[in-house]
Amino acid sequence: MALMTPEQVPVISSIYRLQWEDSQQSHVLLYPEGMVQLNGSAGEIMVMVDGERSVAEIISALQAKFPEAGDLTDDIVEFLGVAHERQWIQFA
Amino acid sequence: MSDSGFNSPEMPAKTPANPHGAGRPFWLLAELTYKCPLQCTYCSNPLDLKGSGKELTTDQWISVFEQGRKMGAAQLGFSGGEPLVRQDLEILIREARAMGYYTNLITSGLGMDDRRVADFKAAGLDHIQVSFQASSEELNNRLAGSQKAFQQKLAMAREVKEQGYPMVLNFVIHRDNIDEIDKIIELSIELKADFVELAIAQYYGWAFINREHLLPTKAQLQRAEAITNQYRDKLGGAGPKLIFVTPDYYEERPKACMNGWGNIFLTIAPDGTALPCHSARELPIDFPNVLDHSLEEIWYRSTGFNHFRGYEWMKEPCRSCDEKEKDFGGCRCQAFKLTGDAANADPVCSKSSAHGKILQARYEAESMAAGGAGHSPKLARNTHNQQAALALNERNIIARS
Ligand code: SF4
Ligand code: SF4
Repeated sequence: MALMTPEQVPVISSIYRLQWEDSQQSHVLLYPEGMVQLNGSAGEIMVMVDGERSVAEIISALQAKFPEAGDLTDDIVEFLGVAHERQWIQFA
Repeated sequence: MSDSGFNSPEMPAKTPANPHGAGRPFWLLAELTYKCPLQCTYCSNPLDLKGSGKELTTDQWISVFEQGRKMGAAQLGFSGGEPLVRQDLEILIREARAMGYYTNLITSGLGMDDRRVADFKAAGLDHIQVSFQASSEELNNRLAGSQKAFQQKLAMAREVKEQGYPMVLNFVIHRDNIDEIDKIIELSIELKADFVELAIAQYYGWAFINREHLLPTKAQLQRAEAITNQYRDKLGGAGPKLIFVTPDYYEERPKACMNGWGNIFLTIAPDGTALPCHSARELPIDFPNVLDHSLEEIWYRSTGFNHFRGYEWMKEPCRSCDEKEKDFGGCRCQAFKLTGDAANADPVCSKSSAHGKILQARYEAESMAAGGAGHSPKLARNTHNQQAALALNERNIIARS
């Protein structure tokens, strides 16, 4: 993911739908006949992916939401890279 | 319907009494109707089409969806028969989507038009799977038993993509269409499918009595798989994702059917009968009906659903086999259809004493492909053929293979 820049705006791919699953106490990505269960931090990041926020804005939004957590940049960029590779998200 | 009327449980489903430690019914398949305008010889619907005319009402279906969602179901498939036959489909989609289901419509495309595709979208439908019989008009229509099927399917597949749905194309593959697999893949690329299921027919329902006409030969299968792999390489991640579903008849170990009996799949037949898989109706087991019991009662505590949970029910060679946690002894329906006892090992397994029946089926495929005569005519799925099909089924189970 050498290509990701702070200005890029990720959006969830059209075949996926993100939602909170009460019965699993986690966010999930639903797609035709299947589901990906996201862990806590992955869920928090995906919720911020709304097709409006850039990568930089996602980082600062999460940084503001979790002030105690230290610098989150690397974790977020890494996750977005994985999400892009798995085609959960695209860059507009 | 029972005296108490249609049952919708008041109790929260958070911690249901769950004596067998069953998983959640993640996948709910609603077979809305057995009615279908097509007549595929590989149809997995029951042979007894006439006797299955009863269907749940709109409200009864909605109650089933509500109960399932509370129990943790996240995927909902609208299937059949042809679900488009139900005029209340749009309402069902809307209600289910509002509950938070990922909604899948599994259709032949017949009975669809652009307005309905748009209405479903507005109702929140997430995904449409369109089934094709073949890649050419002539063969498709012959296999489907309908002159207008192919053009209609093409038009609908285009419409589905046009309106922004994710689209899965499903081809049931068998001896008569397997050799055109390259054209099938080309068609799928042209139609911009997101996923393509190249599913070798499985032998349940009508497909079982037509098995000798459907099972491809080993050589056909290997060729088809090789071509699929070539396309995967060529596409290199672009274009449709190709899913090749191999037939267990050419394996030496059975599939882990349904990921385990009553583990994640829950099928509701048109009349409200709850089943652990869509073929289970063929087993000599009484399955509960959603008109008589709550879904929670059915899933966690009914005899039908607990029948083959865990490992206690197993016979040898499965019982003492170190692979039983991998495949759960295979498919109960296949075990029953080929050995007469659903608790036996699936004969696909080379450790099964009935494995010879699978070898026999392979041999039959070879000899028929080489021009040999079959045991019985190929029967299209329709009520006219029902008596002949039922008689054949009896003979198939008891005598042959
Ligand atoms: S397999 Fe063919 S005949 Fe059976 S329900 Fe599907 S489209 Fe109809
Ligand atoms: S003997 Fe039974 S459990 Fe063992 S591999 Fe065969 S089917 Fe599976």
